[in-house]
Amino acid sequence: MQGEYIIKQISIFSENKPGRLAAIAEALEKSHVNIFAFSIAEANSFGVVRALVDKPDDARSVLEKLGFAVQFTDVIAVRMKDEPGGLHAVAQILGDAGINIEYAYAYSGKEAAVLILRVSQAGEAISKIQAAGGSLLRESDLG
Amino acid sequence: MHSWDPRIEEMPGAELEKIQYRHLKTLVYRLYSFSDFYHARMKEAKVHPDDIKTLADIRLLPFMYKSDLRDNYPDKLFCAPQNELVRYHVSSGTTGKPTVVGYTQKDIDLWTTSLARGLTSCGIGKGDVIQVSYGYGLFTGGLGLHYGAERIGATVLPTSVGNTERQIELMQDLKATAIACTPSYLIHIGEAADRMGVSIQKDTLLRSAIIGAEPWSETMRTRIYETMGVRAYDIYGTSEISGPMFSECSEQKGIHIWGDIAIPEIIDPDTGESLPPGEHGELVMTVLQKEALPIIRYRIGDLTQILDEPCPCGRTHPRIQRISGRVDDMLIIRGINVFPSAVEHAILSIPELSGHFMIEVDRKGSLDDMLVRVEMAPEALSDKINDLINIKRNVEHTLKNALNVAVQVELSEPGSLPRFEGKAKRVIDRRVF
Ligand SMILES: [Zn+2]
Repeated sequence: MQGEYIIKQISIFSENKPGRLAAIAEALEKSHVNIFAFSIAEANSFGVVRALVDKPDDARSVLEKLGFAVQFTDVIAVRMKDEPGGLHAVAQILGDAGINIEYAYAYSGKEAAVLILRVSQAGEAISKIQAAGGSLLRESDLG
Repeated sequence: MHSWDPRIEEMPGAELEKIQYRHLKTLVYRLYSFSDFYHARMKEAKVHPDDIKTLADIRLLPFMYKSDLRDNYPDKLFCAPQNELVRYHVSSGTTGKPTVVGYTQKDIDLWTTSLARGLTSCGIGKGDVIQVSYGYGLFTGGLGLHYGAERIGATVLPTSVGNTERQIELMQDLKATAIACTPSYLIHIGEAADRMGVSIQKDTLLRSAIIGAEPWSETMRTRIYETMGVRAYDIYGTSEISGPMFSECSEQKGIHIWGDIAIPEIIDPDTGESLPPGEHGELVMTVLQKEALPIIRYRIGDLTQILDEPCPCGRTHPRIQRISGRVDDMLIIRGINVFPSAVEHAILSIPELSGHFMIEVDRKGSLDDMLVRVEMAPEALSDKINDLINIKRNVEHTLKNALNVAVQVELSEPGSLPRFEGKAKRVIDRRVF
């Protein structure tokens, strides 16, 4: 089952204005949403905040109520081997399969570092990584 | 006083009016007979050329609007065939379509003559080196002043806009005595010279500046004189009437409109009624001898008044005061006319945007800076920053093409820009002139 390894990321479009990021964090905290992983990509006056949280639907509705533009994005999470070259190995597997990595970010999970990947074909990426012996996380494994 | 054409410029008022009447009569007959547009307009207004019995009867003629030029894009209003045209100029319109102006050789000659008189009246002539720092190209400023300056026998230094340090070096090395540019660019040159350690007053021979295409003020005139030792003269014109065409004389007391070339009127912008000299209103221009694109009672949209008392310089032609503003929301950005409606039109053509926008105009240093905030359509949002950067670039590119001027663009969150009920106020202009 590949589907169980697809994780719902919330993506928030935000202008680079003072207080915007704080407002997102505060809103999530108030509604008891835990943030597992978090990344920001920015260009001049705007940016995209990406987060993995324990309750994506709650997070989305609370942020939308505050006027934020929120989307769900499918990402996959790879357990990184605690040895040099782990990231390179994943990139190699996907590259060989012709799968583009749109972006990636990492966080330190319970047991090992976790690499979050946004790829052009998530299903395909999952089978390639598994076939190469890689270990993927389910939504329930996050934290 | 030295005049380019003393016989015309100093002729008694009554004689000038006779010439104007004769030109007007000829123009109206010609257009009634040969222009479908003017024929239909005059029929609609129930006026026949025979009804024009005095100069004041010009008021019977219907107005012409910027929208007429747009609706007849590109050349349907032209009264000369293409093989009689020697040039085109193009300016941005109110929406999508630009305004195209065609010129016959005679049109160029009249424009040039008008400028020759104006430049001479500011004390510029043979022996002067005129740096033309207006944009050359589709914009009328560069080429217009270029030909005017050559006509009076001055030496033209055609620097166009930009590369300011080089402009200042050339100004020194080639001993420019006069410059033609927008007021903000002149101030920018002054500031850049300061940074280079060059004093315009001490290290150059620059003594006069013909500046226009942008609003400016007496305060700026004083500042230019005090900081640069340069006497600044106002020049006026829009592409529809040919280009920058009329200027102040050495008295610096209003812009002479050569009566044998054009008739200025002032009207109440709301009622269209004619206003007497000394009253402030909308400028309406008739250009008397234009061949390719005739202009009768054209509502340019600028606000000013006609100065009735004779100019101390002795020229008898009417003068208008410095333009004080606009009847519409047209902006002038670095000398280029920008209509918010054209911004809107361009933005509505981009599917990734919601259509809501705001325009913010500032002076960065001495140059205009226009920022357009656009709002993302929710469905165009992406978690990929490159998608967003591409959208932003596409908006910048689309606006640059539509407006002929580079603007800054910022993407805003969906729903974040103000909504308006009734008349939208999408422009925040923080400039002080
Ligand atoms: Zn005068």
